[in-house]
Amino acid sequence: MSLPPTADVVVIGAGATGAACAYFAALAGLRVAVVERGAIAGGTSSACEGNILVSDKEAGPELALAQYSQHLWRTDLAEFGPLWEFESKGGLVVSARPGTQENLAALAERQRAAGIDVELVDGPDLLRLEPLLFPAMAGGAFYPQDAQVQPMLVVAHLLRLARGLGATVHPDTQVTGFVRSGDAVTGVQTTRGIIAAPRVVNAAGTWGGAVAALARVTVPVLPRRGFVMVTEPLPVTVHHKVYAAEYVDNVASSDAGLQTSPVVEGTDSGTILIGSSRERVGFDKTFSPRVLAEMAGKAIALFPFLSDVLALRSYFGFRPYCPDHLPVIGPDPRAPGLWHACGHEGAGIGLAAGTGALIAASLTGAQPALDLSPFVPERFEEPLHA
Amino acid sequence: MTTLACDVAIVGAGPAGLSAAVHAADAGLNVALVDAGTQPGGQYWRHPDESHPVPDEGEGHHGWREFTDLRSRLYAHETTGTLTYLRGTQVWLIEPARPAGVVLRLAPATDPAPAAGTVTARHVILCPGGYDRQLPIPGWDLPGVMAAGGVQALLKGNRTAAGRVAVVAGTGPFLLPVATGLAHAGVKVAAICEANSPTGWLRNAGGAVRAPAKALEGVEYATALARHRIPYKIRTAVTAIHGTDRVESVTLSRVDAHGTAIAGTQRTVACDVVALGWGFTPQLELVLAAGAETTVDVDGSLIAVVDDRLASTAPGVTVAGEATGVGGAPMAVLEGELAALCVSEALGVAAAPGGPASEGRIRALQRDRARLHRFAVAMHRANPVPANWQDWLTPETLVCRCEEVTHGALCDAHTELGAADARTLKSFGRPGMGWCQGRVCGFAVSEIAARFANRPTSADDLRSMAKRSLAAPVTLGQLAALDFDDVHEG
Repeated sequence: MSLPPTADVVVIGAGATGAACAYFAALAGLRVAVVERGAIAGGTSSACEGNILVSDKEAGPELALAQYSQHLWRTDLAEFGPLWEFESKGGLVVSARPGTQENLAALAERQRAAGIDVELVDGPDLLRLEPLLFPAMAGGAFYPQDAQVQPMLVVAHLLRLARGLGATVHPDTQVTGFVRSGDAVTGVQTTRGIIAAPRVVNAAGTWGGAVAALARVTVPVLPRRGFVMVTEPLPVTVHHKVYAAEYVDNVASSDAGLQTSPVVEGTDSGTILIGSSRERVGFDKTFSPRVLAEMAGKAIALFPFLSDVLALRSYFGFRPYCPDHLPVIGPDPRAPGLWHACGHEGAGIGLAAGTGALIAASLTGAQPALDLSPFVPERFEEPLHA
Repeated sequence: MTTLACDVAIVGAGPAGLSAAVHAADAGLNVALVDAGTQPGGQYWRHPDESHPVPDEGEGHHGWREFTDLRSRLYAHETTGTLTYLRGTQVWLIEPARPAGVVLRLAPATDPAPAAGTVTARHVILCPGGYDRQLPIPGWDLPGVMAAGGVQALLKGNRTAAGRVAVVAGTGPFLLPVATGLAHAGVKVAAICEANSPTGWLRNAGGAVRAPAKALEGVEYATALARHRIPYKIRTAVTAIHGTDRVESVTLSRVDAHGTAIAGTQRTVACDVVALGWGFTPQLELVLAAGAETTVDVDGSLIAVVDDRLASTAPGVTVAGEATGVGGAPMAVLEGELAALCVSEALGVAAAPGGPASEGRIRALQRDRARLHRFAVAMHRANPVPANWQDWLTPETLVCRCEEVTHGALCDAHTELGAADARTLKSFGRPGMGWCQGRVCGFAVSEIAARFANRPTSADDLRSMAKRSLAAPVTLGQLAALDFDDVHEG
């Protein structure tokens, strides 16, 4: 499809965030053009687990965004849930030691105060929820709101719905620069031509920093590599998303070294997904057996039966993270006309719904449902204090 | 736990790997041969269990004397200890070693499992061979439908025929030994359906003068077809397979040069076995995992890019046999020897005393390889996968049997969701995500994606269906037990 000469808004990036921005903007009546340098859902959205989680977040702005997203997935977007295999499976966080369980209980208390559904679970009840779990766990916490989607289908269907509202989608179209009028951004230059638009949304995920640089502004999005393993299809399964309490610490950590924490969950097709790893190795695409070995060992510690189960494949993605672990959402005062919606780290699928709705409100001058100040793009201009 | 350091590791003990192993050991190299099978020969020389000898072990085989010669040399090298033969073992990961060389991580392929472990080699020769290229057609998921190579494997390995009345269909000369093998085993072969109209060597066996052994095989098959009264129908395809619990009949259609069924030519033939063969396609996961470049061959399959010494673009990785382009067993044996000699030269090991001067032998092998390659190219051109085979599909036809993905679902993934390449089609529709990880449907899905996008099938389409992070399944327990201190410096 040839590029439209003009649009009300150009969205850069056809991953989950870009697709959600396109959908909510089109729903708000804007003429949207989505440009994507590769194939749709070809980046991090196709290399993740499709998490929609509240359990792994401390009380604060990210949790508020997660709750807003939960609300949208379960209300405005609920009718489309079956299209992207929305499953409200619930998350079960388990503690191997009593000390960990105390910390988990304290976290759960703060989350409950913020409005999250969570109940503490003792040893015997853990086995009722997950009969195959290692029996000697100290305890856990159950989060009924945790859900999962098939992320590539989220992207594909949100873009389909956006097209139904008049949006156009252009794969194999890389942004090479911005059209400027003074400081203002007034369009994009791409490998397939120029689109003039008074509003441009940078939803380029892990590559969002590079797109921002084309507009001569700094948005420090960095890649953090994460592996996922997939087992053979099995008749038995793991019913919830089960992970060790240390996962929450790792998610919030800035350590450059390899961190792994076990995340185990069953899928409709009978396979079991096993995560998770985090390492800051740039865009290194070298397969790492050490990472898989650590993940396998820790998954077996949670579910001993996995020892004899075959891994069929594994994949990795580059999660886009910012130094303060918060996404960048909102207009950029340094380049009027440019909005950012990137840097969601490992939570981008779940947070996509809220991000898209917030961006659409901001684009149309409506009042966003959440305070965007924690997410402003220029927050990194000030010196960072560790 | 095997922890082995060697000069050269050879993966695969079929015609190419067996030849490479024997010639590398002959040249004085310390060799590790890794193979998933429990005895050498690969698919081509699959034979009854050697531990229960049968007098006519080589029945139905070509080049059996060559095989038994290589096999006895293999066992002799194994006895002297120049060669370690790791049977029933698969490579699940190939990695570069530091500062040079290659590490292979092993997993058992058979039960009871041999110990897993690691081989570190200065150089590796990948000889993964090929397997049946399959095209989905309506009803191909019914019991009784088999890949032609699968039928052949049953006949060769177990002396078993799969039914009473068979139809053998597809394209290429391999249909002939399958049909005559079935007939010899007492199965009535109702028809051989060749989708193309090969001007080649069956109807004009003398035309294959550049490959005399093939010409002789052609005469032999023509005689066998006549003796068993097997009808050989050209420009004919099985376009649908029927049955409730298993195959009961097939629809034969006359097809034009592009594979489009000609209206009014359909007829139904009763049978209980269907053998489908669309040539072979290389097993490329290790080549891709090694980071070697790949390209699309004249027959449409993805193959390794190699130079005239069979070196891939990945350091320390040589490729021989079908993975460099499907060319048949004689070419694979030749490439195995060529690879072994070139690697032994590269590693600075002189040829065995009394053997032919290595460089002269290499040049002679390169000339013979070029000749066999020209023959293979001619065969591929005479027996292409019909351009319009997708016209035979219905919306209900299963394309991916593991994940039960229909052609209609793939059409929706394109028209509704915009998938226009194989990777995206796989993401949206799940073909190739199941047990076989796209080994069966990968070629077909790539072709289907390319047709959606109205362009030729690209190497990227094929790569996205052929690339596998784990080259073989491995248990989580084995993964967890991985030892990273066992890798010898290469």
